[in-house]
Amino acid sequence: MSVLSFFTWCEYTPLGEAIRDSRWLFPAIESIHLLGLAVIGGAVLVVNLRVLGLGIERQPAAQLWRDIRPWLMGSLTAMLISGVLLFTSEATKLYYHEAFWVKMISLLLATLFTFTVLRRVALADPGRVRPVWGRAAAVTSILLWSTVGVCGRWIGFS
Amino acid sequence: MSLLGFCQWLGSTEGSIALHESIWAYPIIESLHVLTLCVFLGLTVMLDLRLLGVTMVRTPASEVAGRLLPWTIAGFAVMVTTGALLFYAIPVKTYLNIFFRIKVALLVLAGVNAAVFQLTIWRSMDQWDVDPVPPLRARLAAGVSLVLWAGIVVAGRMIAYNWFDKSS
Repeated sequence: MSVLSFFTWCEYTPLGEAIRDSRWLFPAIESIHLLGLAVIGGAVLVVNLRVLGLGIERQPAAQLWRDIRPWLMGSLTAMLISGVLLFTSEATKLYYHEAFWVKMISLLLATLFTFTVLRRVALADPGRVRPVWGRAAAVTSILLWSTVGVCGRWIGFS
Repeated sequence: MSLLGFCQWLGSTEGSIALHESIWAYPIIESLHVLTLCVFLGLTVMLDLRLLGVTMVRTPASEVAGRLLPWTIAGFAVMVTTGALLFYAIPVKTYLNIFFRIKVALLVLAGVNAAVFQLTIWRSMDQWDVDPVPPLRARLAAGVSLVLWAGIVVAGRMIAYNWFDKSS
């Protein structure tokens, strides 16, 4: 089965059809997707600003990472579920949309980067990571997540 | 001049028409408006969650509020500017849109909630600053803020739909 035929199959599942046929389901799911965006953005920023030395200071990055992690995971889960639902309703259109593919690739990279490199930077003992590497990791994380967001918005312009 | 009259005049200005008909400016402004959500609203949500006592409980509330404030203000400035430009591009239709009106009402309520919080419970902040769970009134303000902002986001998204538009 090709990717395109899989996408088309998704679009004609009862779920995809129900969302497409409903007047309010798509905007309702999209609203949840947007609320998830706010939480994920806030969680990512709190950790990254700490690593950059531009945010909260009176708490080690490691503690902030642990505090923020459930919210990051929770919002990411909400984003993925609502995103899959939005996807099923217009999968074929997305197949031909460059922004969709750039978004998926940057989403994968951003998630991997956050839970490997950024996590290690945040959890490392202070002084173990050279500040320049910490800052580079934070900037990379912010750029990757911003790309996900920008492409997400761009999917809407077709 | 009525509000509608003002919007009609605004929509007839050169800048409004140019923005409305632009190929790139409008989508870029709209994208900025949506993406600044991460900065302004994201950090507001984080502060509200701290005030609810459900995250960063070991960090003093004043530290969370104070250190994130410059970013929140910067995000808010971009939000308001881009939001005003979006209205400027399509004033009459937006003014007549029910979701826009709901959004404005909720924004006013969110402002009042923040002002009341600032003028009352925040004044005694040094008494509960390091408490993992702030007093009920602080949690109440944070909860109200979260509900209002969620409503603002949903209403904002729905402005794109003209299901209940009055005819102009």
